[in-house]
Amino acid sequence: MTDRLPGFSTLAVHAGAQPDPTTGARATPIYQTTSFVFNDADHAASLFGLQSFGNIYTRIGNPTNAVLEERVAALEGGTAALAVASGHAAQVVVLQQLMKPGDEIIAARKLYGGSINQFTHAFKSFGWNVAWADPDEIESFERAVTPHTKAMFIESIANPSGSVTDIEAIAAVARKAGVPLIVDNTLATPYLIKPIDHGADIVVHSLTKFLGGHGNSLGGIIVDAGTFDWSKDNKYPMLSEPRPEYHGIKIQETFGNFAFAIACRVLGLRDLGPALSPFNAFMILTGIETLPLRMQKHCDNAKAVAEFLAGHPAVAAVNYAGLPGDKYNNLARKYAPKGAGAVFTFSLKGGYDAGVNLVSNLRLFSHLANVGDTRSLVIHPASTTHSQLDDAAKIKSGAAPDVVRLSIGIEDKDDLIADLDQALRA
Amino acid sequence: MNHDTYTDNYIRGILNGVKSIAMVGASPVNVRPSYFAFKYLAERGYDMIPVNPGHVGKSLLGKPFVASLADIGRPVDMIDIFRNSSHIMPVVEEALGLSPLPKVIWMQLGARDDAAATKAEAVGIKVVMNRCPKIEYGRLSSEISWMGVNSRTLSSKRAPMPTQGMRLSLNRMSVGGGETAASDRAAKNKTETT
Ligand SMILES: Cc1ncc(COP(=O)(O)O)c(C=O)c1O
Repeated sequence: MTDRLPGFSTLAVHAGAQPDPTTGARATPIYQTTSFVFNDADHAASLFGLQSFGNIYTRIGNPTNAVLEERVAALEGGTAALAVASGHAAQVVVLQQLMKPGDEIIAARKLYGGSINQFTHAFKSFGWNVAWADPDEIESFERAVTPHTKAMFIESIANPSGSVTDIEAIAAVARKAGVPLIVDNTLATPYLIKPIDHGADIVVHSLTKFLGGHGNSLGGIIVDAGTFDWSKDNKYPMLSEPRPEYHGIKIQETFGNFAFAIACRVLGLRDLGPALSPFNAFMILTGIETLPLRMQKHCDNAKAVAEFLAGHPAVAAVNYAGLPGDKYNNLARKYAPKGAGAVFTFSLKGGYDAGVNLVSNLRLFSHLANVGDTRSLVIHPASTTHSQLDDAAKIKSGAAPDVVRLSIGIEDKDDLIADLDQALRA
Repeated sequence: MNHDTYTDNYIRGILNGVKSIAMVGASPVNVRPSYFAFKYLAERGYDMIPVNPGHVGKSLLGKPFVASLADIGRPVDMIDIFRNSSHIMPVVEEALGLSPLPKVIWMQLGARDDAAATKAEAVGIKVVMNRCPKIEYGRLSSEISWMGVNSRTLSSKRAPMPTQGMRLSLNRMSVGGGETAASDRAAKNKTETT
């Protein structure tokens, strides 16, 4: 006899949360506190020494945040997770465990513009080097491998282009190179794609987007798949070597298949400090409860809007992987059969100026720099999120000057189509 | 029996049923995983006995080390083997010579010996392989959830009131909370060896 496995929607509502043992509160309480009392000196010592599970200080862990962590770990099929202040914070904390000055990460060229900036500039100042590879050409990942390579990084569905990445093919390259594959699953969410099932070793999210889903709270999370052997070649001393700050504990030896999440918490978050506010954790948890419903509606609306735009005389091209004939349609069918997400781009025959006009004439779509809100959003990446890139890099990352990005919300699709129609005519 | 997965009821039944645990390969070094597990289980009320011929004369959290299972000199409910797979069989054979027999033989995370398990099961001993009792206790009580670990349990019931500060009870009504697709891949990772 085996235990019955609950479905995704049940996990989205229940995983990690249970009625509070003291008050019986059914919703997850917001533990808005910096610190937690110890039972006695020995309890304090064993918490600080990582010998007991428990709470010390909210920079290291908080019970509200822990519910969020367990919930996302369960939805992704991971062993554990760590919530942090933003998606960007998640990326820094992950790489701090893996990289030393002089090490390299191979990253897909098609990434969120902010991630391209972070990798190119901020990480460079840490001595972490990035080698860019083309997710549409798997061999470019293979070619980029050197003895200094420590990780590979891709987005499951890329921002802003909405292109779908062949996760399994890149996972195979990472396995061969003996490095973990990190997948930013922000735009897909585990409702559409579970990267761990396709070979990812670490999943990161900007919770700010579809997981939180209501455009009201920043957050990020790191999910440990529990799949990577950090001690094999001594390439990852943060996990395999005795840690002086914990009296010589070896993290993987002690924490087994959730060692990476623990390292991120006790070596990363503890020392770098980007803790998530418990209030934000509560908001995001509430959002996640309706993730399956929202995500399906986001995708269905996006497909309807993409079909409308594809037939519109003012539109030059629509890049939506959910459309038959799209370059990424086969990958979308394989990896995201329920829908190809709700962020995509299109270009206008009128070029840059027509894009600027469209944005200013829309009345329901909000012009802002975010995606994954209940509300429909629009932006012109070339002049905003991707403005730091030169033209060639803009084109390579899917943000050419004539491109407009949409993030389709959960309004009535006919209203979205009518708004686009009037703005394209105006 | 299938040792690739265990039901939560099977593990909970074992951890609720045993009172004394002999830990073979226990280490007095306070950063070793066996020390962590020994301390955690002792704090939860189990009568812990450290077994390690290399440390006879010393004690672990007040419990004197013994050299072998035969030296314990009283019945024990469970043998927790903190040795890697290649050292399991001799310990199981030694356990089978005890009278009365232990009720449970538990092999640590990373350790598995199916032939040894079959021998033990033939005389009615329950076997758990490739698991850590500390992690399983933490998971089924949901204490481990404080660390953001996926406990793979769900419950709509109010958990029993915490005891001794914030210790959570194992007697919690829960259903299985989903799998980690990673567990098979993870099982390949060699972790605890002594
Ligand atoms: C795919 C992707 N990853 C990461 C981030 C960064 O997340 P945050 O803004 O929460 O730091 C974003 C934000 O737009 C994103 O779209």
